[in-house]
Amino acid sequence: MNSPADTSRVTSAKIVIAGGFGVGKTTLVGSVSEITPLTTEAIMTSASEGVDDNNLVPDKATTTVAMDFGRITIDQDLILYLFGTPGQTRFWFMWDELVRGAIGAIVLVDTRRLADCFSVIDFFEHRKLPYLVAVNCFDGKQLHDLQDIRDALQISPEVPLLYTDARNRESTKQVLIKLVEYVLSMRRTRTVGVG
Amino acid sequence: MVLGGDEPTGSLVRPYAVTRGRTRPQLEIALEALVETTARGRSGQFLGGREQKVIVDLCGGRLQSLAEIAARMEVPLGVARVLVADMAADGLLAVHAPTGFSDDHADESVGTELLERVLSGLRRL
Repeated sequence: MNSPADTSRVTSAKIVIAGGFGVGKTTLVGSVSEITPLTTEAIMTSASEGVDDNNLVPDKATTTVAMDFGRITIDQDLILYLFGTPGQTRFWFMWDELVRGAIGAIVLVDTRRLADCFSVIDFFEHRKLPYLVAVNCFDGKQLHDLQDIRDALQISPEVPLLYTDARNRESTKQVLIKLVEYVLSMRRTRTVGVG
Repeated sequence: MVLGGDEPTGSLVRPYAVTRGRTRPQLEIALEALVETTARGRSGQFLGGREQKVIVDLCGGRLQSLAEIAARMEVPLGVARVLVADMAADGLLAVHAPTGFSDDHADESVGTELLERVLSGLRRL
């Protein structure tokens, strides 16, 4: 490939932003992205494998799945992308591609609809993708005790769980930092464990 | 594709028409892979269709990911992937692979160094 020598180390990374429909994923992405969130569409032209409610998709259906994403330039040669997952979790075929190679995921939660994120958490645990849970505080109201939420979600004690305001740049930034710190700490623990 | 015969397919205007019906790219390109126009691409001599010109212009300035190309061209991801892969094979574009983290074969030290750079970049925001 004839790429110029000075950009040979150019690379990118991504973080996945997951959560139920309408929980504020695109708002969160938009609060830190240097571009207005863009939407990319994937077309599914046949039924995907391992989808529970496959029968809801008629045969030979053409389904368009939309994902919103944003971009943060970390350095000239390193770009971080934030990809929001499709709202409906039945489009698991797209999730495979979304999580492949990702640093980790942020599960954005609305305490009024906690059950919306159960399947998402299951998916990340199954894929061994590091994730944290960010509770979106609408209008700054912290309605529940974090420990109650942790119990309800049945997530292990090491998974970071925090409040956030998806509209607030600083708040979103702290969530992203927390996730990367968590992934780094997991790596260090693993290295120590081996050595 | 499972589109039937010459029947209209609803709201979609045959998105794969620009790839002449091909849905399989010559090269697997990740969503977040960065794409850059090469000198050969910039020369403009070897460009095929209108889409190629758009992509060359789009990726001639700052780097764009495959997802951005698809979004800005308003074509489905799969279409952008076929177009970009063809152009990369013709030397018109360079594709920079992302650093993968969940891959078991990934180099741990490379990943850790990159994570540290991401972390300091986020703190600077």
